[in-house]
Amino acid sequence: MSVTIKTKDSQMYAFIKGEIDHHTVPSIREQIDDAVCDCGNVNTLVLDFGDVSFMDSSGVGLVMGRYRFITPMNIKLRVDNLSNRDYKIMRMSGIEKLAQINQKTESESK
Amino acid sequence: MKKINQLKMVFDSKSVNESFSRVAVGAFSSQLDMTVEELGDIKTVVSEAVTNCIVHAYGDNIGNIYITCTVFEEGVIRISIRDKGCGMEDVKKAMEPLYTSKGGDRSGLGFSVMECFSDKLKVRSKPGVGTTVTVEKKIKGKVR
Repeated sequence: MSVTIKTKDSQMYAFIKGEIDHHTVPSIREQIDDAVCDCGNVNTLVLDFGDVSFMDSSGVGLVMGRYRFITPMNIKLRVDNLSNRDYKIMRMSGIEKLAQINQKTESESK
Repeated sequence: MKKINQLKMVFDSKSVNESFSRVAVGAFSSQLDMTVEELGDIKTVVSEAVTNCIVHAYGDNIGNIYITCTVFEEGVIRISIRDKGCGMEDVKKAMEPLYTSKGGDRSGLGFSVMECFSDKLKVRSKPGVGTTVTVEKKIKGKVR
């Protein structure tokens, strides 16, 4: 599991690679939250799930937790490149009412 | 249903074993020639149930998690995940979507996800004794 942070035009991208479960979430959360705190002028945080090979409901907790963390800082949340399965799990929580969530485009997904 | 093969395993309720347990059950299940999608369903269900044992059943303690995975001739797979942890007073409440007894970054979706990705889900629990989650899934497999 790894997190790569890239910032472009006041958008911060967190590219998550590997498996997201209860065991890996604390480290992912810490890396993302540290990056957000260290960077002054971000207006959108984008969590990119394109390289996530496995996710259970811990991934939903991660996204909802980041939403709660950054909203008081006036930062918007977006989730990109979810696989069909991960998108389905995300939607069970109703998170799409709070943040934009996007599936992988057809050509990218299996 | 006629049983054709069975896996039994016991491991410590440590979070590092979440990945191991879903991969092990997935590998054993693969003898049913399932789709990538179905394999993903099984791994997700196991991951949710095992996480519950670690986070809720045993909490700060380490105990045993018991998994039995049975493959039936009819292409059905049955997985039971058992713990001897704290158990639940109110199973119905615990199974409500978004309900969580822990807060923090827990989504409260564990049982909903297990229900969504399996055909049958049964939860038996007794406070102070433990919990057994049993799921069944019919593997349709690649078009035969």
